[in-house]
Amino acid sequence: MNQLNNFTKGIIKENPVLVLVLGTCPTLATSTNVTSALGMGAAATVVLLCSNIVISALRKVIPDKVRIPCYIVLIAGFVTMVQMLVKAFAPALDQSLGIYLPLIVVNCIILGRAEMFANKNKVLDSAVDALGMGAGFTLALGLMATIREVFGSGTFMGIEIPVLVDNHVSILTMAPGGFFVFGLLIAIINKFSSNKPKKTEFGCAGCPSAEICNKRACGEKEEA
Amino acid sequence: MTKLIIILLSAVFINNYVLSRFLGICPFLGVSKKLNSATGMSLAVIFVMMIATAVTWPIQMYLLNPNNLGYLQTIVFILVIAALVQLVEIVLKRYIPSLHKSLGVYLPLITTNCAVLGVTILNIDEGYTFVEAMVNSLGSGLGFFLAMVMFSGVRSKLEGADIPKAFQGLPITLVAASITSLSFMGFGGVIENLFA
Repeated sequence: MNQLNNFTKGIIKENPVLVLVLGTCPTLATSTNVTSALGMGAAATVVLLCSNIVISALRKVIPDKVRIPCYIVLIAGFVTMVQMLVKAFAPALDQSLGIYLPLIVVNCIILGRAEMFANKNKVLDSAVDALGMGAGFTLALGLMATIREVFGSGTFMGIEIPVLVDNHVSILTMAPGGFFVFGLLIAIINKFSSNKPKKTEFGCAGCPSAEICNKRACGEKEEA
Repeated sequence: MTKLIIILLSAVFINNYVLSRFLGICPFLGVSKKLNSATGMSLAVIFVMMIATAVTWPIQMYLLNPNNLGYLQTIVFILVIAALVQLVEIVLKRYIPSLHKSLGVYLPLITTNCAVLGVTILNIDEGYTFVEAMVNSLGSGLGFFLAMVMFSGVRSKLEGADIPKAFQGLPITLVAASITSLSFMGFGGVIENLFA
């Protein structure tokens, strides 16, 4: 039961993209079509799963003071492995993800989960948490990509949709459309999530650097 | 010379890091609330981008490529950037305390900023020479600066606006970002034709 909770919270209650608002860069950049969005989601999930398991297993070994650099090295290692696998077995995906594949290293979701969950919990819990968060990330990306691809280019995973293909709104697949669809989705979730919509702000809560900057950079606290 | 100008201008306006490449969205949305912090953050980003390129480009060309270690790019670059940011912070604190006071807060945030790692990797991918890579980093940094400052102006206008409840906070910020990015699309094709 507990494991099930761990898994589902990543998909709905603490969805990394739509509720915690982490990992916005790859979300906006790779959601122009469904295929690359799902590829991005899968790649990030694999990295997240590996890094969560290893960091959780090493949580008593890694000294607290140098934990962030250790996490970054581990994550970069797994990203390199995924990068090589994708290059070898799915070159088309490598082309469409381009620079965003190596940039999984600096995806806040992965460092954030390491910092908030994996270094405090057992290996199995961390693995389940990683799968849930990865599924949440992939679903959110897929949802956004579906909207952008179906209405923006009139196709779904490359298959043409009869009426929409002649009447597509191509701006949705470009940069402004990305911001707009993302804003709209968060607004819809705000509307239906609870009786009184809580004010979603781009929060320091989920930011892995929050501890270092003491929330000064975002203006939440006045500079001392 | 013309090529350098084209690289600089297209990095600032056409391939703007934030508004068309979607790199560095976190600071763009998080730190743009006030003009002061937006300027501080972008100056720190320009600074770190230039230094990071100056260090990573020679590493890739003279250390990794001759030894067939190109696949280590991601690990090496992120480590170099992380170490560099720490070093810059220590040096600034010791020798230029006034600059450290205004930029210091933003430096640790930059380690995990995808724009900095992005610019160093893109410089290699595009096959730029050292000078071209430096110009590209400067342009990317300036583009980031321009987007941040413009957007903090847009956001200060949003403060007083009457916004539907569901759109308050992040959603309206994203819609505003969408319109700001629309204005940058107008630059497409202008720069190349200017020098054609």
